[in-house]
Amino acid sequence: MRYLPKSDSERRQMLEACGVASPEELFSHLPEAVRLKRPLELAPGISEYEIVDYFRRRAAENANGYASFLGAGVYHHFRPVLVDTVVSRGEFLTSYTPYQAEISQGTLTAIFEFQSMICQLTGMDVANASMYDGSTAVPEAAMMAVRSTGKGRVLIARSVHPEYREVLRTYARHQGMPVEEFGYLPEAGTIDLEELDRKMDDLTAAVVVQSPNFFGIVDKLKAAAEIAHRRGALLIVVFTEAVSLGLLEPPADADIVAGELQSFAISPSYGGPFAGIIATRERFVRQMPGRLVGQTTDSRGNRAFCLTLSTREQHIRREKATSNICTNQALIALMATVFMTVYGKQGLRELAEQNLAKAHYLAGRVKPRFSGKFFNEFVARVEGKSPEEINKALLKKKIIGGLPLGRFYPELADCMLLCATEMSRRADVDVVAEVLR
Amino acid sequence: MITKVRPHLSQNEALLFERSSPGKKAYQLPDLDVPALDPAEALGAENVRAEIPGFPEVSEVEAIRHFTRLSTWNYAIDYGMYPLGSCTMKYNPRINELVARIEGLAWAHPYQPEALAQGSMEVMARLEAALAEITGMDAVTLQPAAGAHGELTGILLIRALLEKRGNPRKKILIPDSAHGTNPATAAIAGYAVENIASSAKGVLDVGALARLVDRDVAALMVTNPNTLGVFEENIMQAAEILHAKGAMLYMDGANMNALVGIARPGDFGVDVLHLNLHKTFSTPHGGGGPGAGPVAVKKAFEPFLPVPRLKRSGKKWAYDYRRPRSIGRVRAFYGNFGVLVRALAYILAHGGPGLRNATVDAVLNAVYVRKQLEPYFDLPYASPNMHEVVFSDDRQAKMGVRTGDLAKRLIDYGFHPYTVSFPLIVRGALMIEPTETEGKLELDQFIEAMISIAKEVEADPQLVKNAPYGTRTSRVDEVTAARKPVLRWKPS
Repeated sequence: MRYLPKSDSERRQMLEACGVASPEELFSHLPEAVRLKRPLELAPGISEYEIVDYFRRRAAENANGYASFLGAGVYHHFRPVLVDTVVSRGEFLTSYTPYQAEISQGTLTAIFEFQSMICQLTGMDVANASMYDGSTAVPEAAMMAVRSTGKGRVLIARSVHPEYREVLRTYARHQGMPVEEFGYLPEAGTIDLEELDRKMDDLTAAVVVQSPNFFGIVDKLKAAAEIAHRRGALLIVVFTEAVSLGLLEPPADADIVAGELQSFAISPSYGGPFAGIIATRERFVRQMPGRLVGQTTDSRGNRAFCLTLSTREQHIRREKATSNICTNQALIALMATVFMTVYGKQGLRELAEQNLAKAHYLAGRVKPRFSGKFFNEFVARVEGKSPEEINKALLKKKIIGGLPLGRFYPELADCMLLCATEMSRRADVDVVAEVLR
Repeated sequence: MITKVRPHLSQNEALLFERSSPGKKAYQLPDLDVPALDPAEALGAENVRAEIPGFPEVSEVEAIRHFTRLSTWNYAIDYGMYPLGSCTMKYNPRINELVARIEGLAWAHPYQPEALAQGSMEVMARLEAALAEITGMDAVTLQPAAGAHGELTGILLIRALLEKRGNPRKKILIPDSAHGTNPATAAIAGYAVENIASSAKGVLDVGALARLVDRDVAALMVTNPNTLGVFEENIMQAAEILHAKGAMLYMDGANMNALVGIARPGDFGVDVLHLNLHKTFSTPHGGGGPGAGPVAVKKAFEPFLPVPRLKRSGKKWAYDYRRPRSIGRVRAFYGNFGVLVRALAYILAHGGPGLRNATVDAVLNAVYVRKQLEPYFDLPYASPNMHEVVFSDDRQAKMGVRTGDLAKRLIDYGFHPYTVSFPLIVRGALMIEPTETEGKLELDQFIEAMISIAKEVEADPQLVKNAPYGTRTSRVDEVTAARKPVLRWKPS
């Protein structure tokens, strides 16, 4: 087999050197009862050509050649060619977690740059070396707030991504961390500050708000921060569309930012792998989950980087760790790092402006459901037909329409969430507008 | 004698921020085909930022040189053997990278209509079935993003089943040889942790287990083969002891690569286990991730698996969201699909018989290394090993040289260090896992290097203590890094 580098004669030599008569003898210490007495019921191995062919066929059963107006946490942005050029290098692709700093400076330096750029984007003091994704960053941020405040309750806006909220509930259930929700204003689509204020109490550890929120609307972070801070809670700001940070004020009122970087050159890939982040203020750094890279020097006095503050982590603290997390998303974070480098200060803004223009062009031709200011996605109300029927009509024109919202928000059953990015061509936007009207 | 490597020039490279200067570009956007918009007007002036202070501005050539230069400062499997015990650093087939990038798969949106996602769903269904066959379990969820995430999912599943039976119980038992993620996971799932000391043979002490298991114990979390690379010979008795008291057997599948095609957890009493696709199934570690941590369970746990579940509906795949007893979602969408594609490509490439051959070679390599190095290093547990072998630095420590020093010296010989100081039950552990993708030549060079270092310790311990010498970065001051954390670049 092509992945096994030994010849049969080498195998024999090695068995002999070990004093073992046959490969089977290597397993002779296993109790008879545990052994599998038959071959695995899996087809024999196949060639590269056949593997490519198998996956091409599967890909052909998916959508191909469709324009898409789906967002809702996963966005279609162009991936600069340099991204795959860099992450395909074996030195990045096939290296391990950089515990051995002397021979891992490539990964460590790139992560340090990543942490720095995430701080610049979010206005926070520190960012970790990435989380699994945005959805798991939210419960990790909530647990961090619980540790930092000594309180237990979490209030989360209904305008946070519905699946993120589900993940938070799964994590929270067994930790004595009650989670309650508060709503959004039916006209504006921004959080209902009065309801938030009413539901706040002195036992609340964190208020969780997304901006742009699930409806694409820039939310009232400053006001949310005031309410949270007045009662001694932390504000956790969530984002799913990282490109928005090229244009929007950084969430400076947040205590913790938990976000998803999929927009930064990470393929939609049917939902993963992505890269989440947690960024925060300096005073909370020791409560942070996940890996952190810090700057130091080597014994010759040269600048060097290494993993640091690991006494927070599971391999040192075990059951007292800040999180059970071990894996980060280094290679995916590297994609985001290359993306941020390619676009840079001007490019990210220009990219964000194009997204804004495209989405607003589309919104101008349909009926937005909310009056709040939005970035590159918005909720459209559909009249006469259901969102599902609209989507069916669009599919005939090789367009995947918006996400029907009834599944997550019964009160918005006549609405769909539409997203336009720099990849949305005007001709397709016009078709969507026409079918929706 | 160092035969594998010799010095090579490497380039210096500043941080991106230090290379940056205003007006440089590495991008070009297409002309906007819709009217431009004033951001302040569309978003409100108070919501629009002035700039991103400090964000880099470099050209395309500088960008590619930057990351290429950085890359050369890394060791990688593509350079050579990576004998990290427990981490399973095997070759990452490049075909896996190619198929994961096929447009219809890489650009599939998780919310695209099910009718237009049948290919993705088929890939996941096929992988679920293959993993169920390999592990001997009844159902598999692909949702968890990594091993520790799989552990959490698995323990939540156990909790859910026990709750339904009337009592979620209070404790998880964990052997002292376990990975740190195990106790950390138990704590997040709301359980207290009780450690079990390993027996003198380095395996689970069933006598101690029988004494500890009572109506408060929810499960035992065990790695098999354990972190010494030793098969838990009493695993079936352990399962009986647990099951007799209504407790569960959870298996950490980090070392499943020692068992594929040889023995199946489902056949030896395991109720729930997670797999690390980035270990056993060859998906790249990528400098720390991404991974994927599917969880395989026995039938009784199936109703509790995370939503959604794949189900066959006529000739099509569909998602089943109506699962009232589910523990809920553990992440958004369906899992690290791109990693799942790579793992399935690996399974298809090997096929059933090939996967077993890989296991045999992995064990053969570890046994061979043990045999060759036994005369030079202390072996604290004499039990037969499987895919990895754990020595201690007992002999070298007498000369003042510890496992961390030996590991650093190994770098000068052209190898990545083995796993240092783990498992915790071995003082000064050297945990070595060659994996099946090392040939005899590379193994012999590794063995030669280890023997040479053992001799250096005898002759000149200081030489080893100050290593490495050949790297562009010498020993890194980790103490100062932690004492005075500098976690981001700032303009000086």
